[in-house]
Amino acid sequence: MQAKDIAELLNEPACTHNTKSKSGCARPKPGATAGGCSFDGAQIALLPIADVAHIVHGPIACAGSSWDNRGTRSSGSTLFRIGMTTDLTEQDVIMGRGEKRLFHAIKQAVNTYSPAAVFVYNTCVPALTGDDISAVCKAAAEQCGVAVVPVDCAGFYGTKNLGNRIAGDAMFKHVIGTAEPLPVPPAAQRDGITVHDVNLIGEYNIAGEFWNVLPLFDELGLRILCSLSGDARFREVQTMHRAEANMVVCAKALLNVARKLQTDYQIPFFEGSFYGVTDTSQAFREFAQLLDDPSLTARTEAMIAREEAKINTLLDPWRDQLRGKRVLLYTGGVKSWSIVSALQDLGLEVVATGTNKSTEEDKARIREIMGEKTKMITDGSPKALLGAVKEYQADILIAGGRNMYTALKARIPFLDINQEREFGYEGYSGMTELARQLALTLQSPVWEAVRKPAPWAINHA
Amino acid sequence: MAEILKRNKALAVNPLKASQPIGASLAFLGIQHAIPMLHGSQGCTAFGKVYFVRHFREPIPLQTTAMDQVSTVMNADENVIEGLKAICEKSSPALIGVPTTGLSETQGTDIKRLVKDFYAAYPEFTHIPVVPVNTPDFSGCLESGYALAVKAVLETLIPSPLPSPSGRGRNVVNVLAGSFLTPGDLEHIKELIEAFGLQPLVLPDLADSLDGHLTEQETSPVTLGGTIVSDIATMGTSLATLVLGHSLCEAADYLHTQTGVPDYRFDSLMGLDAVDAFVSALAKISGKPVPAKIERQRAQLQDAMVDSHFMLGFMRVAIAADPDLLFGFAQLVHEMGGEVVAAVAPARSAILSSVAAAQVAIGDLEDLENTARSNGAQLVISNSHAVETARRLGIPLLRAGFPQYDLLGGYQRLWVGYRGTRQTLFDWANLLVEHGHHETPAYVSVYKRET
Repeated sequence: MQAKDIAELLNEPACTHNTKSKSGCARPKPGATAGGCSFDGAQIALLPIADVAHIVHGPIACAGSSWDNRGTRSSGSTLFRIGMTTDLTEQDVIMGRGEKRLFHAIKQAVNTYSPAAVFVYNTCVPALTGDDISAVCKAAAEQCGVAVVPVDCAGFYGTKNLGNRIAGDAMFKHVIGTAEPLPVPPAAQRDGITVHDVNLIGEYNIAGEFWNVLPLFDELGLRILCSLSGDARFREVQTMHRAEANMVVCAKALLNVARKLQTDYQIPFFEGSFYGVTDTSQAFREFAQLLDDPSLTARTEAMIAREEAKINTLLDPWRDQLRGKRVLLYTGGVKSWSIVSALQDLGLEVVATGTNKSTEEDKARIREIMGEKTKMITDGSPKALLGAVKEYQADILIAGGRNMYTALKARIPFLDINQEREFGYEGYSGMTELARQLALTLQSPVWEAVRKPAPWAINHA
Repeated sequence: MAEILKRNKALAVNPLKASQPIGASLAFLGIQHAIPMLHGSQGCTAFGKVYFVRHFREPIPLQTTAMDQVSTVMNADENVIEGLKAICEKSSPALIGVPTTGLSETQGTDIKRLVKDFYAAYPEFTHIPVVPVNTPDFSGCLESGYALAVKAVLETLIPSPLPSPSGRGRNVVNVLAGSFLTPGDLEHIKELIEAFGLQPLVLPDLADSLDGHLTEQETSPVTLGGTIVSDIATMGTSLATLVLGHSLCEAADYLHTQTGVPDYRFDSLMGLDAVDAFVSALAKISGKPVPAKIERQRAQLQDAMVDSHFMLGFMRVAIAADPDLLFGFAQLVHEMGGEVVAAVAPARSAILSSVAAAQVAIGDLEDLENTARSNGAQLVISNSHAVETARRLGIPLLRAGFPQYDLLGGYQRLWVGYRGTRQTLFDWANLLVEHGHHETPAYVSVYKRET
């Protein structure tokens, strides 16, 4: 990938903070950097497309330590769970056999697994030695008769965030618009309901959590052409250009896809979240608004009223247990505010939130939701996090899996909200799971057990 | 404080209970060169033998007085005396245990008198202690039969109060080991005690007899390991007695009355608090600090508690086991923030009211199954008979207690101490994760068209 292409990807016009300082796109600082690379970001964004053979082109480090490491779920094909890499050897690198190996690797994947398509993720070594993966993909596609999509995402290009955009860009360039949606199945047509086609962008179906929400889309007559990329199929990605409205779920990650769908295909989009009762309702309202269908609006409001009443009855006992507990939130950009809403719905108090990966817009939103006094934490080192937990007298740390053991070793209750987690929190029904998990760790008797000294230590003191 | 639900049905379905004579036999199998002889029909012994052979995967010495129709109706005294004589002559055991059975108890045998009659008739065998014990199978369960046998061994070998102990000061501690402990547990307990420079004298010592080891000797009519009989008489000179299991309280009371050796009692050795209490007692008895190795094991358990609390908090567990084991598991579930939603014991015991559950039913595996189903249990802890129970419930089973027919090494698994507790937490968490009930079930949109 050329420098100007990277620069273009870094410049995301749809980001309102684009003119200001870009903390979200900051350069990594040697010796003081956490977080993944572009390859990580690209793979994470696309891996949930279930019927695709995902081939990592590079030596073993890239795929070897990252494959099968994601909590996303599929309702059908599980091809995406099969790890594939060219596992380049020293000889391949020295002799320049990377391209040849990649070509045969694609053929092998197609012959063995008959994928709907093949995605090839470029990594640092072949990017450096100059493998022309676009050319190899083209040649392989011709020979195999299957779409082969190059995703040029070498780690040194930049951050994980950039990798997300590279992934979105690859979808837009090579996949979106290459097929038309199939007609709505007659059996799924209902009187008085006009089916509207929509896309979700940046929804990953972690632990199957989107399945909490999907039945409501069906009820309202919103057909999801494609969820990029949770539980998606290759063919669905191809048809994304035909949607009437898009929702960007994980904010910035794949914003470029939404923007290009807007400029090239005039599809309006909004940014939202399915975490929390308020945000879930808000998301459905925004769809109704964009689609401008009075019947849909009426049915949406009725559904929201029904679901909110139902979930509030279920949540009330949990709220009694959780009210007033103090939370320190340390997460990536968008989650820094989308989770806040969910926590506030449960009566918890978010005393501070991490903004290391947040954009200016994210920060503005945090202030909007949590008030001006909110503490924003930029230093995510274990020491700083634990210091903040003590300083703000937090009862629980909510963060990604990487920080889990920081909290646990310090004997602090913890909730994992990153992509590797095993519990789904989206939608109305996801809130009971979130409440349950919060209460589970907050009320666990293990904290007292592990904080108290051994009986003989007391006697000796 | 658990509510005890009495047995309320005529038919026991999928029984949980193993009999008192089986339990008594097990206790005798932990004594060196011993052999239990059940006073009953030969089937009482044959079933017991198969039961233990399959559980331990070891040859099991077990004899019978082989009551037949005539001796049952007329008198079976001769069966006992002849049986004892035959065993003494043939095997010269170090000890013979004589548990009674339902048959001989109903008949009305006076087993203690029969032992006296035996010695009177064959004074050449008075050096071989014979331990009679009343263990009808219409009362109690494996645990209570075992406890009765342990007490009977003490009564036989320490018959009168010992004079004020002079040998005290040696570094031996007595361990009265309850039936909830596996040979693997006992090995670990011995290591813990030795780590404090103390020497354990375990009664009965199943870790020495039924730990599953190949021996030089190819066959033996008696047990090949276990507590040395002559050691038992010296228990009065030990520093202290560690009583493991509530079921051994009466045996412990007897030992304490006879010897005056101070005792420390533990209802469970699972979980941080229980093991802390045990280790503290060892530190106190020995006057030595807790070794770094044990401190490390404690810290490892704490880490495991923290790591596994995500899966084990709020978990819903169904347990069917003998009272001491049930108590220990329930306590650990409770300490991890879980809930025992179904608890079944085969027979009554004082400890049941302390079990960390709302209710404890005296019953069978059908009771467990019904309660587990209506209360939404996620995990079953019981013996191998619960395999089908768990399958019908659609939830995983962790095998514990007797018998474990279908699990190699179940007999030697370590449950107690910091180490054993840690492994238990890992196993629970893994079983729950593997059976991932927490995931949202897949939903396919009505508009979805797979191509």
